[in-house]
Amino acid sequence: MGERGRVEYFLQQFINGIALGSIYGLVAIGYTMVYGIIGMINFAHGDVFMVGAFLALIAFLALVAIGLTAIPLALFLVLLIAMALTALYGWAVERIAYRPLRGSFRLAPLISAIGMSIVLQNYIQITQGARVKPLPPLVTGGYTLLEHDGFAVQLSNIQILIVLTTFVLMLAFSWLVAATRLGRDMRACEQDLKMASLLGVDTDRTISLTFVIGAALAAVAGIMYLLYYGVIDFFIGFVAGVKAFTAAVLGGIGSLPGAMLGGLLIGMIETLWSAYFSIEYKDVAAFSILVLVLIFLPTGILGRPDVEKV
Amino acid sequence: MSAPLLSIRGVKTFYGNIMALAGVDLEVREGEIVTLIGANGAGKSTLMMTICGTPPPREGQIIFDGRDITRLATHEIIRSRIAQAPEGRRIFPRMTVFENLQLGAAVTEFVHFDEDLERVFTMFPILAKRREQRGGTLSGGEQQMLSIGRALMSRPRLLLLDEPSLGLAPLLVQQIFGAIRNLNEREGLTIFLVEQNAHHALKLAHRGYVLVNGLITLQGTGRELLERPEVREAYLDGGRVPRD
Ligand SMILES: Nc1ncnc2c1ncn2[C@@H]1O[C@H](COP(=O)(O)OP(=O)(O)OP(=O)(O)O)[C@@H](O)[C@H]1O
Ligand SMILES: [Mg+2]
Repeated sequence: MGERGRVEYFLQQFINGIALGSIYGLVAIGYTMVYGIIGMINFAHGDVFMVGAFLALIAFLALVAIGLTAIPLALFLVLLIAMALTALYGWAVERIAYRPLRGSFRLAPLISAIGMSIVLQNYIQITQGARVKPLPPLVTGGYTLLEHDGFAVQLSNIQILIVLTTFVLMLAFSWLVAATRLGRDMRACEQDLKMASLLGVDTDRTISLTFVIGAALAAVAGIMYLLYYGVIDFFIGFVAGVKAFTAAVLGGIGSLPGAMLGGLLIGMIETLWSAYFSIEYKDVAAFSILVLVLIFLPTGILGRPDVEKV
Repeated sequence: MSAPLLSIRGVKTFYGNIMALAGVDLEVREGEIVTLIGANGAGKSTLMMTICGTPPPREGQIIFDGRDITRLATHEIIRSRIAQAPEGRRIFPRMTVFENLQLGAAVTEFVHFDEDLERVFTMFPILAKRREQRGGTLSGGEQQMLSIGRALMSRPRLLLLDEPSLGLAPLLVQQIFGAIRNLNEREGLTIFLVEQNAHHALKLAHRGYVLVNGLITLQGTGRELLERPEVREAYLDGGRVPRD
C-alpha cells in the first residue's frame, strides 16, 4: 500500500465512521433528551434500540410473507411500523418503570432503568432466541469514489441511506424542538419542570412524548443497524447503548447538537481505532473515552457549564 | 354576599415529615387584592404553591370558583385560570422574552395572543425592547416584569404574586405596585399577594392575613392590620432586613 493507498484507506474509514456515527447519534438523542427533562440516565434506551431492530426484522419478514417484495416500499413500511411499535415500548417503559418513581430518591429511577434494561434483553432472548438473526442484504451496490494502487474507496448505497435518513430526521427533529408547541413545552420542562407545570403544561404528557420520540429515533437507528450489519441479537442494545451514551456525554449531555456531534465522533473513533489499532479492542476504546470525558470534560463539548441538575 | 372566588379550609402541607402549613383558613373574594404577610419561613410561598397543587395539601380543601381543586394536577388547576408569578421569578433562562410570554399564553390556546401581548408590552414597555433577548440575561427588575407579564398572558381570574418587589430598587417597586393596583382597579383582576414589604402591601390591599409558623394569626382590612401593634412591631417598625 503506497502513500496514496494510505489516503484512500483513511478516506474509506472516514466514510464508514460517519455512517456508524449517524446510528450512534440517533440513539444518543434519546439519552440526552430524557436526561435534559428529568435528569435521569435511561439505561434501558439501548435496549429499546435493540427492540426496534427486532421489530423491524419481524415486520420485514411479515411483509415478505404476505408477498410484498418491492424493497423501497417494504423498507418504508418497516420504518413506519418499527417506529410506531418501538415508540409504544418507549412509552410503556416510562409509564411502568419511571413515572411511579418520580419524586422518589435519585437513585430509584436509575436502578429501575437497569432493571428495565435486563427485562427487555431477557424478553427478546426468550421470545426470539439467543442466536443471532440474519437479514439478507437488502440495500446493495454503491459507488466507487476513488481507485488507486488496487485500493478503492467505496460509498455504499446503504451508507448513503443511513446518512441521508439521519440528516432528514435531525432536521425534522430540530424543527420540532425549535418551532412547535410541543418543542417549546419540552424546552420549558427541561429548563424548569415546576414552572412549566405552573404555566399549564402537562408535564407528564410532555415527558411521555419525549420517551416516545426518543424511542422512535432509536427504532430508526435499529433499522439502520440491521441493514448495515445484517445480523442482530438480543445483546446489541447494551454495547450500542453504552457507545451512544458515551456520545451523549462527549457532546455534552442535555445538548441535542452535542448528541449528534458526539455520535459522529464516537463512530469515527471506533472505526479508525479498529482500522489502525485493533478491532478486538474497539469497544474498550469507547469505554475509555467515556471515562476520560467524565474525568476531564464532564460537561462535554457543547454542554453548558451551568449544570442545574445535580 | 356571593361565595368567595378562592376559599382555603384547614389546609395542611408537609415537606416529608415537616409540616409547613398547619391548618390554614383563608379566602379571597372576586375583585379583591388580598395580601399575606409573614416572616421568612412562615410558609407563604408554600401556601401559594399549595394552591397550585405543587405540593398538594395533605389535609384540607381548596375551592376555586365553586369547584374543588384540592386534588387536581397542577396543570389542571392552572387551566382553571389561576396564574402565579412565583418566588424567584423562575424565568426560563434559555428562552427569549417572547417565548416566555408564549408559554404564559398556552392555557388560552392563543386565541387572543396578539391582544394580550400588546397589553403586557404596554404595561412594561421595556419587555417589548427585550423581546428577542434570552430570559437568563435580563436584569432582576426586567425578570420580575416578565414574570408578572407571563402570568397575565393566561388571562387569569386569580393572580398569585409571590414577593414581586423582592430585590428591586424603590422606583421599580413603585412601578410594580402601581401596575398591580391598575390591574385590580381597571380590569377588576383578583390578586393574592405575598409580600415582605408589609407596609406597601397592606396599603395596597383590601384585606390581609398574617401567617406565623404555618398558621394564620391575624386578619383584617389592610388599614386595620397596619394599625395593629403586633403587626407594626413584627413587620413594620422592627427594622425589616431585606433578603438576598
Ligand atoms: N422544598 C422544600 N423541602 C423542604 N422544606 C421546605 C421546602 N420548601 C420550603 N420548605 C420549608 O417550609 C417552610 C416554609 O417555607 P416557605 O418557602 O413557604 O416560607 P416563606 O414564608 O415563603 O418564606 P420567605 O419569606 O423566606 O420566602 C420553611 O421552614 C422551609 O424551610
Ligand atoms: Mg417565600
